[in-house]
Amino acid sequence: MNWRGAVTIYKAEMARTGRTLMQSVLAPVISTSLYFVVFGAAIGSRMESIDGVGYGAFIVPGLVMMMILMQSVSNAAIGIYFPKFNGTVYELLSAPISALEIVIGFVGAAATKSLILGALVMVTAAFFVPMEIQHPLAMIAFLVMTSVTFSLFGFIIGIWADNFEQLNIVPMLIVTPLTFLGGSFYSISVLPPFWQTVTLFNPVVYLISGFRWSFYGVSDVDIGISLAAIAGFFALCVVIVWRMFKTGYRLKT
Amino acid sequence: MTHETPSGAAEPAVLTIKGVSKTYAGGFTALKSVDLDIKKGEIFALLGPNGAGKTTLIGIVCGLVKATTGKVAVFGHDIDGDYRLTRSRIGLVPQEMSIDMFTKVADAVAYARGLFGKPSDPAWVEKVLRDLSLWDKRNEQLRTLSGGMKRRVMIAKALSHDPDILFLDEPTAGVDVELRQGMWQVVEKLRQRGKTIILTTHYIQEAEEMADRVGVIRQGEIVLVEETATLMAKLGRKQLTLQLAERLDAVPEALAVEGLTLSESGDALHFDYDTRADRTGITTLLANLNAAGVSVRDLETRQSSLEEIFVDLVGGAS
Repeated sequence: MNWRGAVTIYKAEMARTGRTLMQSVLAPVISTSLYFVVFGAAIGSRMESIDGVGYGAFIVPGLVMMMILMQSVSNAAIGIYFPKFNGTVYELLSAPISALEIVIGFVGAAATKSLILGALVMVTAAFFVPMEIQHPLAMIAFLVMTSVTFSLFGFIIGIWADNFEQLNIVPMLIVTPLTFLGGSFYSISVLPPFWQTVTLFNPVVYLISGFRWSFYGVSDVDIGISLAAIAGFFALCVVIVWRMFKTGYRLKT
Repeated sequence: MTHETPSGAAEPAVLTIKGVSKTYAGGFTALKSVDLDIKKGEIFALLGPNGAGKTTLIGIVCGLVKATTGKVAVFGHDIDGDYRLTRSRIGLVPQEMSIDMFTKVADAVAYARGLFGKPSDPAWVEKVLRDLSLWDKRNEQLRTLSGGMKRRVMIAKALSHDPDILFLDEPTAGVDVELRQGMWQVVEKLRQRGKTIILTTHYIQEAEEMADRVGVIRQGEIVLVEETATLMAKLGRKQLTLQLAERLDAVPEALAVEGLTLSESGDALHFDYDTRADRTGITTLLANLNAAGVSVRDLETRQSSLEEIFVDLVGGAS
């Protein structure tokens, strides 16, 4: 196992974040703060509580999840896409480093960044709304699993993308809508029955529901199903990444 | 690491390429069953026109391109089965300028070393950077460097893990004369340390000056592999130039023979001959000159350059 190689990639990716601190850390924190100001304080003060949780507090898990999903996907995607774009991917391919080690480096770094941002958003949220975390261990487990899984998903997009448009299209056109429609800002129980059923096909619903359960002990779907959903998506991403490296898809000619 | 004497026929090959072919997804066949052995400690020049398959061949050995058929072994180890072992002994400097512009020079080299699983070694990195005259620039971002320096950074990255085999794909393309000289000094130093160097170049003169052996590749096939000197002697045609004491208007009939021409100014005769021939015809020519009463003031012979040989070969004339 070439651990040094994996750690080298990990450190280089973290250093890249350091170089773009404004864009990678400050911007997401500011945009999340705006959500709290608008939805939490301004609109939230006129909303009824949901399942006994004040609206401002209700949206915290959803916002953290939204941040984690979008940042994981875009960080991991750009992480592997950039070497492809500037040609330095030759270094990775010609080094004595396995696919697993490359993935640990890139996905590990992207997930770490997401976790840091997730923590920052929660700290920011605490300034705006009263929060409680009923199941802290479950919350951390959900955070880590989601960060890793969606970083893996972003990594797949980074390998697949042939240009910057493709790089952005999945986060913009798939991840963002799924997150908004996944119950970040509402409980799916408020939807008409038909749309409730449709919503159950959105994997993000399970993530947000499970994550919210770890905070307030209330959820839209069973916590076991949430865990199974995230585990299933993780397994699917692992298989796809494994196939990509095995066949050299868009990495080797 | 062993430091045996450079090149020699009895030395085992450090790189063995057997029956390697490559057909790209689009259907283009870049390599057709290539066989090649590279000896330890030699400088091998792969010579060929654009699109001949040079970069594809290097890409296969280094893990960037998947061969369609064939086997490649580095120090006796298969490049797929034992990729960790084989890649750890290879350094690659690709043809395209491929660098992360926002990284600092020293960080870029340290990163390359780390990827190869080697522990951090600032002394080694310093040595590599000093050898390539980059030490003063170690804290500069790559985007601030000149084109030649960026190229040297790519060499430094390739040397960061102290490989035994170094691939240089068109290393001097777009590099000025001074820098080119500097680069060859680095290559020479590496050779002295027992490293094996495989380079591709369009500067045929470089292959002639630097390489121990030359392989000519054309349309995905290795047309010829030969010691540079042997190749020159074997394939090189020579030209004998006779400076005449008195001008001639035409070649006298008594001298007329294939390959003999009069210079435009009429004061010299050129005679092209084949060094491989049993009889070059020089003795007869000189005797005939004497008999015809043509006095010769001076004479010289010139061997055709590798470039001329190359044009002959890739043109299919030879």
